[in-house]
Amino acid sequence: MKMIANHGYKDGSGEYYISLDTDKCSLCEEHGCLDGCPGQVFEIEFDDWDEEVATVRAGARNKLKQICAACKPVSGRPLRLPCQIACVSDAIKHSW
Amino acid sequence: MNENETKEYWRWKEYNWKNPDIPDWRGSLVTAGVDVGSTSSQAVIMVDGELYAFSNMRTGSDSPSSAIDAINWAMEGTGLTLDDIRFTVGTGYGRVNVPFANKAVTEIACHARGANFMYGPTVRTLLDMGGQDCKAIHCDERGKVTSFLMNDKCAAGTGRGMEVFANLLAVPIEEVGAMSLSVEEEPAPVSSTCVVFAKTEATGLLRAGWSKEKVLAAYCSAMASRVVSLLERNGMEKDFAITGGIAKNPGVVQRIERILGVEALKPIYDTQIAGALGGALFAKALFAKAGKDKPALQGKMAGR
Repeated sequence: MKMIANHGYKDGSGEYYISLDTDKCSLCEEHGCLDGCPGQVFEIEFDDWDEEVATVRAGARNKLKQICAACKPVSGRPLRLPCQIACVSDAIKHSW
Repeated sequence: MNENETKEYWRWKEYNWKNPDIPDWRGSLVTAGVDVGSTSSQAVIMVDGELYAFSNMRTGSDSPSSAIDAINWAMEGTGLTLDDIRFTVGTGYGRVNVPFANKAVTEIACHARGANFMYGPTVRTLLDMGGQDCKAIHCDERGKVTSFLMNDKCAAGTGRGMEVFANLLAVPIEEVGAMSLSVEEEPAPVSSTCVVFAKTEATGLLRAGWSKEKVLAAYCSAMASRVVSLLERNGMEKDFAITGGIAKNPGVVQRIERILGVEALKPIYDTQIAGALGGALFAKALFAKAGKDKPALQGKMAGR
């Protein structure tokens, strides 16, 4: 069964969520997201069914707008972000 | 200092309960779930998968002590000791600090499983309105999470925000919902993005002559619109149920139902115990699994 984990928040300025398809994650052995994200937003943990999945670390969940800003320039934003390029399973999506 | 200044209007009822239909647990499989949340702690004890006893109390400053107090209060008058409980799951913010737990499971998974037990297998969308966060959860017919979305950025839209307003307006928290529904005309909601701004706004409205009922209606309305945006972002699918302390507030629940155009399932258990109940159900399943794989569980291990 597919499980989508949305980590982030909504505040007065907008919605900032990173969505992780943990079914794809659980099959991944490379964990490219760990080093691929310059802001070191991700960590690997065991989920409730003892499968290794990526998650957004607790200290970053409420600061995604600021942390991810470095990879999201106002002009010339790349089609795929560094974390998405590093994730070979194509499991990462950003809401903004 | 007058009585109104010292009275704690936010204080909700703490209590324990024992199922009168289960006279004795001896000879049965006893499992437990302990939910140490940011604001409240619950312990649920199940006997052969049936709800046997629970406690619901305020979380103290020390998570391990809160977990021990909660389970001791649930066991009160049952003759149970910790050694009689075959498997315990810790959940909630303090799940890794439940000293007697065999395993820690996230509150998201536990709430979904608990709601499946409380409301039945038709629940697909669950809103858990906790003390300091709010979660929109999708689950399947077995109570397994298929997607979730959490917002813990601000106390707005959480139980703590409601406690702040109960104290500000000197209204007992159990009466907030009914009072907010007594207004003839629905006022515009106050700020839904920050509880500090909302409190400032409410103080201004009181000075402008608004009644307590009208201010409470404006806050309940703000809370409802905030959580509805969370639900809509994650997608809304029937049946819909609400867990957590705010589920007991008809002022928020009815406004959520009105905005969504969907009626929430009516609870038959205390909505605050959903997480601990799910933990106890996980404990039963995990004990059965461990029993197949291993001869016996050896002692207690710390939650991860």
